[in-house]
Amino acid sequence: MTLLHRLTGAPPGMTPRALMLRFSAIGALLAGTAGAFAAAGGWLSPSALTPARIVDRFEQVNGPHPGFRRNHAKGLCVTGTFAGNGAGAALSRAGVFAAGRVTPVEGRVALAGGQPYAADAATTVRSLALRFRLPDREEWRTGMNALPVFPVRTPEAFFEQLLAAKPDPATGKPDPERMKAFFATHPESAKAAGLIKARTITEGFADSTFRSLNAFRFVAADGRATPVRWALVPERPAARETAAQAARTDKNYLFDNLVAQLRQEPLHWRLVVTIGRAVDATADATLPWPSDRESVDVGTLTLVGATPEEAGNCRDVNFDPLVLPDGIAPSDDPLLSARSAAYARSFTRRAGEATSPSAVAATADRGDAR
Amino acid sequence: MTHPTRFNLPARLLHWSMAVLILAMLFIGVAMVGSLADYGTLVALHRPLGLLILLLAILRLAHRWHRPPPPLPTDLPLWQRRAAHASHIALYGLMLAMPLVGWAMLSAGRIPVAVVGPLVLPPILPQNPMLYAWLRELHTTLAYGLFGLILAHLGAALLHGLIRQDGVFSSMAPWRSRRSAGSF
Repeated sequence: MTLLHRLTGAPPGMTPRALMLRFSAIGALLAGTAGAFAAAGGWLSPSALTPARIVDRFEQVNGPHPGFRRNHAKGLCVTGTFAGNGAGAALSRAGVFAAGRVTPVEGRVALAGGQPYAADAATTVRSLALRFRLPDREEWRTGMNALPVFPVRTPEAFFEQLLAAKPDPATGKPDPERMKAFFATHPESAKAAGLIKARTITEGFADSTFRSLNAFRFVAADGRATPVRWALVPERPAARETAAQAARTDKNYLFDNLVAQLRQEPLHWRLVVTIGRAVDATADATLPWPSDRESVDVGTLTLVGATPEEAGNCRDVNFDPLVLPDGIAPSDDPLLSARSAAYARSFTRRAGEATSPSAVAATADRGDAR
Repeated sequence: MTHPTRFNLPARLLHWSMAVLILAMLFIGVAMVGSLADYGTLVALHRPLGLLILLLAILRLAHRWHRPPPPLPTDLPLWQRRAAHASHIALYGLMLAMPLVGWAMLSAGRIPVAVVGPLVLPPILPQNPMLYAWLRELHTTLAYGLFGLILAHLGAALLHGLIRQDGVFSSMAPWRSRRSAGSF
């Protein structure tokens, strides 16, 4: 009897050769299972782009800002309601579109970028994220931008663009050579950048149109799916940003103006759903859909108040675009899954960090004291 | 009264279906956190599977209570008996803890625990971002622990089946071996 016999408890009749063979087979199977697990976890492909690497790049470009969102870091919480007019119910079985249904909504207006204390600037992309609270714990979360199209088509392009657009410490602006190189390899982004540059920049949040940019699918009660994009169109007529406003010295003028406007009266947006045709790209958010596409006004968003970010309000909500009620489903747009993954990673990191007060909180508090 | 030498059919069905589900779940979980393209699809699978595993684990624990497993061979060294006992407690504990920690973590992060269609589970913890971050970390640590434990379980089972040939493996084998058939 060998030592291996004694250690494993093999019957004495088993030849040492058979024992070694069986022992090795077990080892190989365990090693194979562990190897497959490592492969599934991405350890064998360290160059692959992951959610963690996207969030790392935000931290690399913007510096550390513990407790804040890694993107759209500067923001303000808003509250209101959404009243469905019934027109959306033919397209989606989500209860939020039923005629006369009033759904409580909390949200967040913010400026794109990972600098929580940056001064407001007219050209910074404005965003509005909403959380519709439906019956039976269902939710619809959506993050929208005041842009005509999204600047990139894939998460990989997003990752490259983040670095290419990093401001040069010497000039405070992105290095034009790097942007040029990025656009050369991403012609779809060059086209999108043209559309984005040509957009009308309005006075503030209140007269901005916020768009889903990514396509989704509305699923009707009979299971019929329709490709859609949606936009919140302000009822307040859009006013162009004037030179005087652009020269404001108030670092938070966009947020302060919204707070002041909401103190005077509620603000309304119409939720307009654009219906895509079979030829319209659903997996490319850099492409606008033709302007003649049918669109349906499905209800009105009313914002009634704003509160600075603090524990327990919009600050602690992950506006994950894949938190959807039954009746709204993701499209094949690769950005949706990537956004969901990167938001989850950013949320997990900031949730575990001590948070400093928002820049907007400071002004809003001062406003209250006046 | 003689002890049965095999787990009964419901026990074997529960064991093997859960073996497939839990391994699939661990692979989905580890792939999900590193994935951009498939993240949405994998999360949508992860949650209903987790709930299913939780329900099956409760059922299995209840079944085990009524039908204790066949005894281990009497010639098994004491340390191995102790290791077998402890690892089974840990396996059952993790089968229950993993889905519960996942559910609790989403609750603390105020993330709807959407299962399938319009079904959303109620939160089981109040909102608390710090607690969410901690539970999120715990979920990962426990998952690696469970995977390691499953490897050890698999290795030990194969050692019993291929080398010791003492009836421990055949007591749970999905097929009936000649050896155990004789003892029935």
